[in-house]
Amino acid sequence: MTISYLLKRLGFFVLVIWVAATFIFFLPRLAKRNPIVERMSETAQAAGFIGEGLAEMQKDWEAKFGLDKPLWKQYQYYLRDTLRLDFGYSLAYYPAKVVDQMMRALPWTIGLFGMATLISVVLGSLAGALLAWPKAPRFLQYLLPFFLTLSAVPYYLMGLILLFLFAFIIRIFPLGGGYSVAVAPSLSFPFILDILRHSVLPGLALVLGGVGFWALQMRAMMVVGLEEDYITFAEAKGLGGKRIFLRYALRNVLLPQATSLALSLGMMISGAILVEVVFGYPGLGTLLLKAVSGFDYNLINGVVFIIIIIIAVATLLMDVLYPWLDPRISYGRRMR
Amino acid sequence: MNALRKRLWGVAAYCRRNPKLLSGVSIILALVLFWLIGSLLVSPTRAAALTGLPSQPPSWQYLLGTDTHGRDLLAVMMVGTGLTLRIGVLAGAIGLGIGIILGFLSGYYGGFLDTVIKGASDVLLTVPLLVVLVVVASMIPGVISLNLMILIVASLSWMLPTRAIRAQVLTMREKAYIQVAKLSGMNNLEVIVKELMPNLLPYLAASFVAATAGAVLASIGLSFLGLGPQHLPTLGMTIYWSISFAAMLRGMWWWWVPPTVIIAALFVGLFLLTAGLDEIANPRLRRGI
Repeated sequence: MTISYLLKRLGFFVLVIWVAATFIFFLPRLAKRNPIVERMSETAQAAGFIGEGLAEMQKDWEAKFGLDKPLWKQYQYYLRDTLRLDFGYSLAYYPAKVVDQMMRALPWTIGLFGMATLISVVLGSLAGALLAWPKAPRFLQYLLPFFLTLSAVPYYLMGLILLFLFAFIIRIFPLGGGYSVAVAPSLSFPFILDILRHSVLPGLALVLGGVGFWALQMRAMMVVGLEEDYITFAEAKGLGGKRIFLRYALRNVLLPQATSLALSLGMMISGAILVEVVFGYPGLGTLLLKAVSGFDYNLINGVVFIIIIIIAVATLLMDVLYPWLDPRISYGRRMR
Repeated sequence: MNALRKRLWGVAAYCRRNPKLLSGVSIILALVLFWLIGSLLVSPTRAAALTGLPSQPPSWQYLLGTDTHGRDLLAVMMVGTGLTLRIGVLAGAIGLGIGIILGFLSGYYGGFLDTVIKGASDVLLTVPLLVVLVVVASMIPGVISLNLMILIVASLSWMLPTRAIRAQVLTMREKAYIQVAKLSGMNNLEVIVKELMPNLLPYLAASFVAATAGAVLASIGLSFLGLGPQHLPTLGMTIYWSISFAAMLRGMWWWWVPPTVIIAALFVGLFLLTAGLDEIANPRLRRGI
């Protein structure tokens, strides 16, 4: 991998982040909603309406949040604050800062989404590779259409169905949340077990929805890969089936799978967010729902921005690791 | 007559070879029929709130029961299927339209325009679209109407069609028949409309179905967060209400099961349709699953 490729890729990363930040800044200002006025009139109504002094109060608040400055100045401040991941105060839960709320939710989402993605990609790829392998068990052939159909169903519907079946009808898993209220959060074995128990159903929803897709892709590439000359050569050498499968066939078709993983991360996290909403899982999705229903402008922007960053970082990492995974690829270097 | 019969036989024979297309079309047609026949038999006004008794389990009077607000859920399902299909088809069509224009501009003319269009769609494709739509939808003052919902969803459903069409145009424009058409005095627009478009039809159809599926997915995702058309009984909003009124915990399965089943059927149908059309557009995929 050359420096110029790395720089180019980093440039793209910065571009994505900048476009996202700019979009999040300008869009609310194009819309005619003013969160300060909305919140003030809400509070005023709740307290029994007092019409006096609202205009001055609004001016005061706008000065406090820097909204009386010219637009380009606001933009400048905004970019600076965003770089420090400072999204100001939550409007609906006022004294709380957006960043604290996000940091509390972030590990849940990364844990659930990361584990579920890993399991579904590994399982799906292995199953897909075996589907194309002539010596694989027959029953796999009948499983693929089933899982493929499941992968067409959105994750969150799968979540609803699983929740109904395994938490409501057969009560083996909890109905929602990240951990039981009765258990005190600590780094003890029962607590970790409790967390795992709570993450089974949301994780299963994500895995069931993903496996078929990865299997189908892997199978398509494996079919082509098995016709390569090096496979014939390996067979001619008399190598064992397991060795040919793992070292010769599988290893070479794993790479396109990594590319398509990088491309579909955005789609997948959108699904994961909604699964969290179904289960009331304490991650970014549930936080986003709270922000939207309370019209908490800063919190919405913060959560949206952090999700975009997670995906951008993950894609960047995969792209940077890709040439390292595959020694045949050398971006930007001339062929000799 | 004979020719027509022969033709129908041909279609039937093709469907046997391409069962995915056949089953996809049947599922979608069944849903459309459910909506059409339903709106003839059951009055759509019963889908409005406060028109029936609240929280009734299924009975002869209310075949699918009613929700907490007294909506007749059978009527809701019929109206909702229609609304959801409409959002998907119209948003998908707008997305495809934008995709066709941008794809041809980018693939056929190339140059700086190509760099910009390709860059924009690449940036947007890596971004989780749902959260971008959340920002857009949450900034809209007042209630979101159906047309607004369609526009919001359509605004981000053009990237995949653009990329697919661009890639096809890039390979096609080098073909000999395009050169011949140009030499025989066709201008660029004529080449695009008369030579490229007809050859792209299967791709356009597949892109359209994919864009529709994406649009339905996005609209239901937004509805899940309460950002759908709040006053309309779309399938997504019905599930949103059932979750926010804890239908499952209260044992009101008739509230959330029907929309879940219909949405799942819709997605499976669209998925099979895309796979079937892909097989027509891309013969190399044949002998698939």
